[in-house]
Amino acid sequence: MRILVGIKRVVDYNVRIRVKPDGSGVDTDGVKMSINPFDEIGLEEALRIREAGRAEEVVVVSVGGDECQQQLRTGLAMGADRAIQVSTADSLQPLSLARVFLKLVEKEQPGLVILGKQAIDGDNSQTGQMLAALWDRPQATFASGLDLTGDTATVIREVDAGLETIEVDLPAVITVDLRLNEPRFVKLPDIMKAKRKPLDVIALDELGVSAENDIQVTQHTSPPQREKGILVEDAAQLVTELKNRGLV
Amino acid sequence: MSKTLIIAEHDAHELNPSTAKCASCAAAIGQDYDVVVLGSGIDNIAGQAAAIDGVGTVHAIDAEHLASPLAANHAAEVCAMAEGYSHILGPSTTFGKDLMPRIAALLGVNQVSDIAAVTGPHDFKRPIYAGNAIVDVQPPQEVAVVATVRVASWPSAADGGDAAIEARAANATPCGHTRYVSLQSGGGERPDLQSANRVISGGRALASEENFELIYKLADLIGAGAGASRAAVDAGYVPNDLQVGQTGKIIAPDLYVAFGISGAIQHITGIKDAGTIVAVNKDADAPIFEIADIGLVGDLFTVIPEMMQLLE
Ligand SMILES: Cc1cc2nc3c(=O)[nH]c(=O)nc-3n(C[C@H](O)[C@H](O)[C@H](O)COP(=O)(O)OP(=O)(O)OC[C@H]3O[C@@H](n4cnc5c(N)ncnc54)[C@H](O)[C@@H]3O)c2cc1C
Repeated sequence: MRILVGIKRVVDYNVRIRVKPDGSGVDTDGVKMSINPFDEIGLEEALRIREAGRAEEVVVVSVGGDECQQQLRTGLAMGADRAIQVSTADSLQPLSLARVFLKLVEKEQPGLVILGKQAIDGDNSQTGQMLAALWDRPQATFASGLDLTGDTATVIREVDAGLETIEVDLPAVITVDLRLNEPRFVKLPDIMKAKRKPLDVIALDELGVSAENDIQVTQHTSPPQREKGILVEDAAQLVTELKNRGLV
Repeated sequence: MSKTLIIAEHDAHELNPSTAKCASCAAAIGQDYDVVVLGSGIDNIAGQAAAIDGVGTVHAIDAEHLASPLAANHAAEVCAMAEGYSHILGPSTTFGKDLMPRIAALLGVNQVSDIAAVTGPHDFKRPIYAGNAIVDVQPPQEVAVVATVRVASWPSAADGGDAAIEARAANATPCGHTRYVSLQSGGGERPDLQSANRVISGGRALASEENFELIYKLADLIGAGAGASRAAVDAGYVPNDLQVGQTGKIIAPDLYVAFGISGAIQHITGIKDAGTIVAVNKDADAPIFEIADIGLVGDLFTVIPEMMQLLE
């Protein structure tokens, strides 16, 4: 079996982002960029499946400009076998991304496509579900447990009410949550090795996908700030304050 | 015709409060709105949906294969009845986040995720970057708008409606490829986090499952829901459904009290809309104090018992 894993280059989760003064976007100049944390967990899971002998090949995919090769190389260093960059200068919206992945699925015939449950920049949480819809295959979103037996995957999903278990036939799309695993650290020799692993570049046009029904984004603003509050000295003052405000 | 369809969320016993919040968003969009209830044995749920103020018609699609909320089955039904609706709304709960993009893709549109405000029928505000930026977005007018509604941003629509309920036959065939197995619910008797007026939350500082009893006891004393940081969930002190934050629940209670939570942006994003935020932390420099309305620098293990004495 082959596993495709999506990897998005995003502003590192530790960075406090700032909206540009003219509202045209978010300031990413000189800001640390990383693999979307959920995607890293997705890749870790794929590697563990391969290491358990249930898959032969793990392919990491990123859609974007050449700068995303950096994240693909990190993915290769973690242990992916090869990488595909779908090259475009535009930032694609989820529906177009799902169409790109569908083209790659047709080409690569994976048994599993593993994506993060959301990217921490756009917070959309759409691409995996959309790919599953277009592919007419199962989706198992927000996975925190994954078990493969034969041609089925049993997936534990983190839902608002608790932990839901579903069973899906392969091929399927899995989107992963944070508690699925803890990704491995990349070691220096692996970074060297990753340089020799194949990284194919496919132009977006070659796949015949063009953006359609895009949502216009016209203005970025900073959220309203909460005003700084008061400090109380002890539990008694705190309870009095809460009572005065009618909160308890 | 411009008309909005709301996908009801329920657990077969009760309509989830998220549906009445979607109704508020639909009212802000300013068109007539209907609700569709999908499930098995849903007369009671349809009745609750019909009582939401302003709902035109409740469509009830009752079929065995809709008993569990599998997105593949539900999306097919919604798409089969989508014609005539310019807007299709679902909650941005895990139910809606799972389902709505599948509907959007089948209809060939992008989804507007997490509507926080409506400025026009095709003009919305939504948060990105864990709520650290807000964007104005305009989906195209020629195609259906499929969106999730950020429930913490919207009040519940009032009761008192009396909508007609129309039964509809299921249209699509059940997908064979996905099977529902079970739900393990962590929740006890406490108020639901997403609709509780008060929430008491604990972080890594609680240090054990046993110590977390302190949080539960205080919560029960004042009729609050209980919440937690990701660190507390990861460490196994509490089940996952208590997690508050960017990747947990986004909540807006009147009162939120955080004990031993440092205030990482991913946590803060889940509580930004709370009425009053209280932080108790022994580190005076903890970032949570930057956004707390009332702060107390102290040890939670002494503060909580003292508070309980005063509140009893
Ligand atoms: C992609 C991503 C998504 C995330 N999503 C979420 C999310 O949804 N929700 C979430 O919460 N986090 C999330 N996180 C994790 C987040 O970054 C923090 O790691 C987490 O919130 C920290 O939890 P904490 O505040 O309980 O622990 P810590 O940061 O360790 O803070 C513990 C605090 O307790 C205080 N303390 C210790 N002992 C006591 C005592 N006796 N009395 C009083 N105070 C005490 C300390 O001073 C400290 O401030 C996410 C992270 C990533 C990368």
